[in-house]
This record gives sequence, C-alpha cells and structure tokens, in this order.
Amino acid sequence: MMCRIGQQPEPQDAGGGRTSDAVFAALLEDSAEELYEFAPCGYLSTLMDGTIAKINRTLLDWLGLEREAVVGRMRFTDLLTVGGKLYHETHFAPLLRMRGEISGIALEIKQADGGRIPVLASSAVKHGSTGEPLLIRTTLFDARDRRAYEAELLRGRKAAEEARKRAEADRARLQEALAVLQQSLLPDSLPTVPGVEAAAYYHTASPDRLGGDFYDVFPVDGKRFAFFLGDVCGKGPEAAALTSLTRYTLRAAALHDPDPVAALTTLNKVLHERYAGSGDPRYCTAVFGTIEPDAATGEAAIHLASGGHPPVLVLRADGTAGYLPTPGGLLVGVLPDARFATAGTTLAPGDTLLLYTDGLTEARVGEDRTSLYGDDGLLRFATGHAGRSPHALIRALTGLLDGFGDGLDDDTALLALGVPTSSSLSSATRSH
Amino acid sequence: MDVVRRNNVTVTGNPHGPVVVLAHGFGCDQNMWRLTVPALARDHRIVLFDYVGSGRSEPSAFSEERYGTLDGYARDVVEVCEALDLRDAVFVGHSVSAMIGVLAADAAPERIGALVMVAPSPRYIDDDGYRGGFTARDIDELLESLESNYLGWSSAMAPVIMGNPDRPELGEELENSFCATDPEMARVFARTTFLSDSRDDLKKVRVPTLVLECTDDVIAPREVGAFVHDAIAGSTLVTLEATGHCPHLSAPDATNAAITRFLAALR
Repeated sequence: MMCRIGQQPEPQDAGGGRTSDAVFAALLEDSAEELYEFAPCGYLSTLMDGTIAKINRTLLDWLGLEREAVVGRMRFTDLLTVGGKLYHETHFAPLLRMRGEISGIALEIKQADGGRIPVLASSAVKHGSTGEPLLIRTTLFDARDRRAYEAELLRGRKAAEEARKRAEADRARLQEALAVLQQSLLPDSLPTVPGVEAAAYYHTASPDRLGGDFYDVFPVDGKRFAFFLGDVCGKGPEAAALTSLTRYTLRAAALHDPDPVAALTTLNKVLHERYAGSGDPRYCTAVFGTIEPDAATGEAAIHLASGGHPPVLVLRADGTAGYLPTPGGLLVGVLPDARFATAGTTLAPGDTLLLYTDGLTEARVGEDRTSLYGDDGLLRFATGHAGRSPHALIRALTGLLDGFGDGLDDDTALLALGVPTSSSLSSATRSH
Repeated sequence: MDVVRRNNVTVTGNPHGPVVVLAHGFGCDQNMWRLTVPALARDHRIVLFDYVGSGRSEPSAFSEERYGTLDGYARDVVEVCEALDLRDAVFVGHSVSAMIGVLAADAAPERIGALVMVAPSPRYIDDDGYRGGFTARDIDELLESLESNYLGWSSAMAPVIMGNPDRPELGEELENSFCATDPEMARVFARTTFLSDSRDDLKKVRVPTLVLECTDDVIAPREVGAFVHDAIAGSTLVTLEATGHCPHLSAPDATNAAITRFLAALR
C-alpha cells in the first residue's frame, strides 16, 4: 500500500461510464485531511528535538492515546520501547541527522495497555528556505506480520547455523575415526631387517575416505623377510574391509609357506571365496616377495610374484634403473584359479627395490592436468635417483607427490628396500 | 597488521597544530564527527578512526575475545596513538568512547594529555545507590532491536563493508551506508558497552578533563553526568542545551564551542 498525501487519482478514461464516475466521486470525497488521519499507516511530525507536533488518528489508535496527551507533551522516543530508544539514539537519530532521511528501520512502539506493535519507521527532515532543518516527518508501518516472518527467518538461520556446526563436529569425529582405521591397515613402523634398509610412505588422497592401498614388511623365518604392496579396487569402508582381509591373509599365508606364488594363491582363494558369490565382486592387485640378506656377500636375494600389479623398479648403485617385468599375472580374487608372474633379482650394496601403486604413475601432470606422469616419467625420475638410499629415495618421491598438487587424486603407497653401501646399521622407519 | 589500515585511520586539519583524537561511540563510525572536524581543523591536527568492528575497519581483525571488553577497544586507541607516535593528544570520546579514553589514558599516559568526554556513562544499568537509567532487561531489548535490523544489512551491506577495492561503483552506496556495521560485531560492541561498569576507572584519571552532558539525554541522564564530574577530580562539567545522546550532531555549535574553549585553555 502506498502512503502519500494529496495525490488524487487521475481518471483513466473520460468515457468510463456511470459506475466509474460514481467511484471517482467517492474518491474525491476522500480529502487530504481524511487521508492523513485515517491512512493505513501512522504519521508523525516532530520538532528537531523530537517533540511531537502532529500525529494522525491511525497512530493514536495504535498507541491507545488521546491527541492532547501526545502533541507538545511527548517526544518520538517516548513512544518507543527502551530497546528501541537506545537503537534510536545510537543509530536512527545520528543517521537521520547526517543523511536527512532514513527508511525501513524496525522499531517497536508501546501501547497504553502495555502491548507492543512492531513497526517499520521511515523519517525525513524538512528543511527551511535557507536550508536549516525545521521538522522531522515520520511514517510508521504496522510490521507485525512481517516481523513474525522475519523472526521465522532468523530462527531458521540460527537452526541452520547450529546444524552446520554440528555437521562440522561430526565430520571431524568421523575423520578422526577414519584416520585411526586407516592406520590399522598399515604397519606402525617397519621392522628392522638385518643388512637391509627399508622405507615407506603413504599418501592419503582424501581424509574423508579410507584408501585402498596397502603394504607390509615382516619376518617369516630365521633368514627371510616377506614384503608386499598392493591396491584393492574401490575406496571407502568396503575397500578398507578388503584391505584388512588381504593384509592379514598374506601375513598368515606367508608364515605357512613364504613362497610368493603360494602366498598370492592363498589370497586369491580367500578373496574369491569371500566375494565371488556376494554380488559385489572385489579384487586387488599385489606384489608379494621375500628378501633374504646374505651376510657373507653383503647382498640380498629377492623373489617376488605379481598379481596384476605394475612392475617393480630396481635402482642400481651404478646409476641405472629398470623395471623388473612381471607380465601376465592376473588380478587377485577374480578367478577361482589364478596364475601369477614371478621374477627375481639380487640387490648389491647401493641397490634399491621400489614398489609403488598406480596413484604415482597415474597422477595428472602438465599445464592443463591432462597427461599422466606414466611409467616413463617414473623411470626417468628413478634413474635420476639411482644409487640413493631407500630413505633418500622415499623423501625424493614424497617431494614429487607434493609437487603434483591436485593432479594427485588417488591414494599412493611407496615401499623401498635396499642394501646399504656401508656397514652402517640399517634402520626401519616409515615416513608420513 | 597495519594499524592505520585496520582502524581506517584518517588524519586531517592543521599538521602543525596540537593533536585531537576524535573517537566514535557505539552505533556509528568516524562520520559522526562530520560537524566537529571543520570547527577544529584550522588550529588542530585531527585524528579520526573506526574501532575494529565498526565503520570501515578491517573485519578480519575482529575477535569476540578482545572486543568483549572495553580494554580491547582501549588497546585500539593506544595502538593508533603508537602507530602515529602521538604524544599528549587530546582524546575526545563520545558515549562509551569517553570511558574507553579513560582506560587508554591510564594504559598510555604519555600518549593522552587531556580528555573530552561527550555524553559519557560509566555504567548504564541501575545499581544500589546509582541510577544509570536502564535495567538489564532494557539492554536485552536493545540487543533484540539490533537483531531485528539485521536482515537488511547482511545482503546489501556486507559486500560494501567488507571492502571491494575492485569495485569503485560501490563507493556511492557506501556513502549511504556509512554507519552500517556487521550485526555480529555490533552485538559484541553493544553487549560490551551496555553491560560495562567503569565507575572505579574514573578515579584513575590524572589529566585535564571536560565532561559534556546534554540537558535531555535518553542514554546518559544528568545524574550520570554529575557522577562522572564528581568522580574525576578537577574536571569541568558543561551542560549543553541539547536533546538526545549526540550533541555533536544535534547541537554542533554549542558542542564545538565548549570543546574549543577547553582546548584553548590547555595551551
């Protein structure tokens, strides 16, 4: 509803007929004075100090006051609640003074019977011919419905804010639980292998999701240590369950028979039995091997088998590097009887064996992040670091992974086993 | 952080004159001194600023912990004085800022040499044998008023206040919204202001002090002006023929005359 004084409607159509003539006649009866007194909003004129000089009937009715009690006796702020008075003094009045007008401010007026009416107040200063302020005109709109609606909005906003805080707390708790669970899928630290240096690194792509990469190193008998590294299909809780099953199956199988093909065959049977008929077929790729240091020669013999996993890299002390091919090995857990590819090598002092998951080779690189880092990229990098110790190699690779930034969107596991060049004690730690 | 930027510090007036710091109260910003600056500019170097959380101060500098006490605001004053290396400045504080000035002068006596307290109140809520003019319930009502004038702010004003150096077209809009304040920060300032009790701090004042009160102030009634005057030994009380809590806006001539007289007597 517009709220203006002295505007008279213009006839739209001279030939509008008898009915509209009657309507206009009735409207013309609505004098400016009547419009002022009974307008559907409150009108108020005050002196510059706030003393009320003129007030309309509508507002007097809202207030439950008589004109004589108000005009010349009360100030605008006297009509307001105390909170409204404070707001008026600290915000409304200063702004009105400086800008000459102010609009749409939410205030509450007090009624004689103790009730309150929320209003939206707008004021404008009338200036004299020389620019001096003369009086303040104020319009008050009944804002009961609107304020109820706004209160709803504010309540909604507060509820949303609380829900957001709760969700954040829940998320933090979940991430904490996931981190603990993730840790349980990986060894706390690598064991000390006499005559061998071992280092590992695990990159988690998303703190929200459990990853599906795994690795481990553990003793199997007096002479040998077993090691494995792999990648289960998928992510999240189901993948984590599969990872857990895989890790403990390989450890148990290796204690029974540390032959690499035997260990992977046992794993294949277990996974196939567990998942083939479940309607949710799941599998993994893995490299399983044994390392047997020879104190007499200072070398270590490697025997390994691969089930569908990318070939391991051997970095030699002389500065060369090459893949140790394991072609034709099948994914572990897909078929009831699987064939696995075997390979072997001997690590001399200064040589290092590197196992990795495809998060590394499938990192997206280049300006537009469209090309993959790839086997060739990794081979070049490895050649550049051949002759370095396993720890130095893992540190360099960690730097490489960090450099991929958001081009690295998958979990990545790295495991390096090497024979130290000097007689220095081998250490076994895992970097994070 | 750069304090000058953080507190939106403006320096104007006579660069060789004695320094006057003008500090706004709760509800607006340094624009409140628009009618005061011209009267003092010829003979004084004038320093204006916005408290963090008000006007065009740096929003990221706000913390509820610091600005939940008047001491936090007093630190703003001291830090502005230090940033400009002010000495013996006259601190003119409106409303709650008058009390903030008392705290700042106590914390950094070498920086502040005199106080002008415009419509001060050391405690707004009534207490045994003390009439501040308000009850605790009244203050809750003010906080509600702030809340109900919240909706219009956040959508329209936030981008302007948050600073948009890349969008100069917002400047004009800013002209119309200079007293807009982030409601969350205003709420903290309101709570800190109206729940404060600085009556004991008045006794610490050791500098020449002018107390300006209004004949008809809803927020700081005359009893409060008398209380402040009594508590500060040697202070001068001037009662301005003015209605409301902002005599520097409603009665600028009388206010400026009183301040100018006080400044002249300091020389």
